[in-house]
Amino acid sequence: MPVDAAWVLFSEKVLSQILVGLSRTTILFIVASGMSLILGVLRIPNVAHGSLYMIGAFMAYSVSRLFGGGSQGFWMALLLAPLGVAVLSFIAERALFQHLYKREHLMLLLLTFALSLIFGDLTKLVWGAEYKSVPVPQIFQGFVTIIAGFPLPLYNLFLLAVGPVVAVSLWLFVNKTKIGKISRAAAVDREMVSAVGINVSLVFAVVFVVGCFLAGLGGVLVAPTVSVTLGMDHTLIMEAFLIVIMGGLGNIWGALIGALIFGLSQSLGILIWPQFGIIFPYLAVVIVLMIKPTGLLKSTW
Amino acid sequence: MDKGLSGRAWGVGIAAVAILFILPAFLPRFYIYLISLIFVYGLLATSLNVVLGYGGVFQFHHCVFYGLGAYATALFLTKTGVPFVVSFIAGGVAAAVLSFLMGIITVRLSKLYFGMLQISLGSLVWAIVYRWYAFTGGDDGIHGISLPDIISSQKGAYYFTLSVTLISLFIIYKIIKSPFGSVLQGIRDNPVRSGMVGINVKRHILVALMIAGFFGGVAGSLFVVVDKTVFPDMLFWTLSLEVLIMCLIGGWFNFFGPMLGAAIVIALRTFVSGYTVYWALVYGIVMIFVIFFLPDGVLGYIQQKLKPAKGRVVAKEG
Repeated sequence: MPVDAAWVLFSEKVLSQILVGLSRTTILFIVASGMSLILGVLRIPNVAHGSLYMIGAFMAYSVSRLFGGGSQGFWMALLLAPLGVAVLSFIAERALFQHLYKREHLMLLLLTFALSLIFGDLTKLVWGAEYKSVPVPQIFQGFVTIIAGFPLPLYNLFLLAVGPVVAVSLWLFVNKTKIGKISRAAAVDREMVSAVGINVSLVFAVVFVVGCFLAGLGGVLVAPTVSVTLGMDHTLIMEAFLIVIMGGLGNIWGALIGALIFGLSQSLGILIWPQFGIIFPYLAVVIVLMIKPTGLLKSTW
Repeated sequence: MDKGLSGRAWGVGIAAVAILFILPAFLPRFYIYLISLIFVYGLLATSLNVVLGYGGVFQFHHCVFYGLGAYATALFLTKTGVPFVVSFIAGGVAAAVLSFLMGIITVRLSKLYFGMLQISLGSLVWAIVYRWYAFTGGDDGIHGISLPDIISSQKGAYYFTLSVTLISLFIIYKIIKSPFGSVLQGIRDNPVRSGMVGINVKRHILVALMIAGFFGGVAGSLFVVVDKTVFPDMLFWTLSLEVLIMCLIGGWFNFFGPMLGAAIVIALRTFVSGYTVYWALVYGIVMIFVIFFLPDGVLGYIQQKLKPAKGRVVAKEG
């Protein structure tokens, strides 16, 4: 009955589903914004981004175990695991990527795929194939009841707060710091920027590492909410990639809007039509791109 | 590409085909299956190369046509009573139609955006197939598809796959050598100039996409014959990247490169995974080696060694 359907759309259940969807959106945004940054400046569709996210989650497991598994462990993981991922990506950039910037995008894409295979197996080698779990830190273990009858985990609220912080920091990095401004200029005209005496290669390395740091951060933040496992990179990478395309390459706010559309259409789609829930985000992407093929917001580079 | 095959190349080719035809008499079952798979993936990679190597189009999600072709054939075989030949051709036709539909939406876009919208559309098709339990079997796929007696045995499937692959390769080769193929390569090298001399660039790319889609679908239908199963991973984007890698390792801009690449990748994976569970690690290292040291692929490298003096089509830079 249509009246019933309309009522369902505004019920508490939907609101609570939106809140849950928003915390998922935060993770998607953090990973996708890093990817967008790399795609915008270095023009690399980084398939290894998902693997770095996975490694971030596994590192979070190890670090939090090392520090006793409690709240302290989680905070140390939040600090150290993204740094570990950043170091790993720095090595990869200096050893491999920097030699390929002048070649076709396709070669860079394939290089990142090769790296994702290698990272995947290295993860298996280091951590084994078993499921790992990272405990939610004590201070976030409770529930809050914003909507009667649907308690929301405190940790999800924490995630909702982290998203905007990351968005603003990243915006400040790109628009207010010198290195961010240089990277934008270098993305448009690399020769010109290096002609005025700037080490473009190093700028690119920094941007790459910042982007990968975000992938690691996403991995750490998602770790307490899911079981950390091999293969968690595969589903995420496609989603992050589609979000970046939908938002407009290199546009951080675009990544935010893309993540919102993707995350919400996913969580609401499941309510509307459980069986085909996973189709809605893909459908949203296709509709957006058919209307605006270059993404919702202007590509800032 | 060069002018055509030399006499020596013809000799090598005929000898190779003759060996392939008598091979099943000596080989154990597992190897017959393996070589059949090489034909399937080789045809898939070759079909991708029509748009990628010759058309310069970034087709990032080619395996969606492969998967759709396989599903079309499998569904026709299991749900209707039509003869096998009709089901088989339906695979290629369905894939060509999908390729056309995706093409008319995406063909106006520039390289990278083209590839990205293709991935989005392909992912949508994957998601539908993955979830439509009532029709496609969902994530279980369809197993134990029954085939006509002639090709249901392993050797029968082998000969069928070999024949279809050879015929398809011959047709693709003729297309590449035709005026249409030359125009396509002109578009690859300089789309703007091709447009200026009065070539309808979009229409040519659209036709190339349909050809690639059709033969990608045929490869999918062949997989049904070889394996008697279909599953949604056949449309998942990671497989598309693997097909790209086959082209890379064998050598694109090179007609037989993708075929060789498929053989190398499948052989490598089969034998390495016999020794270690970390075959993906080895695979990744081989890929990095090829990217850095053999940018034209193995076949490109061999050709370069064989005739160093002659002008060779070099992979486009930048």
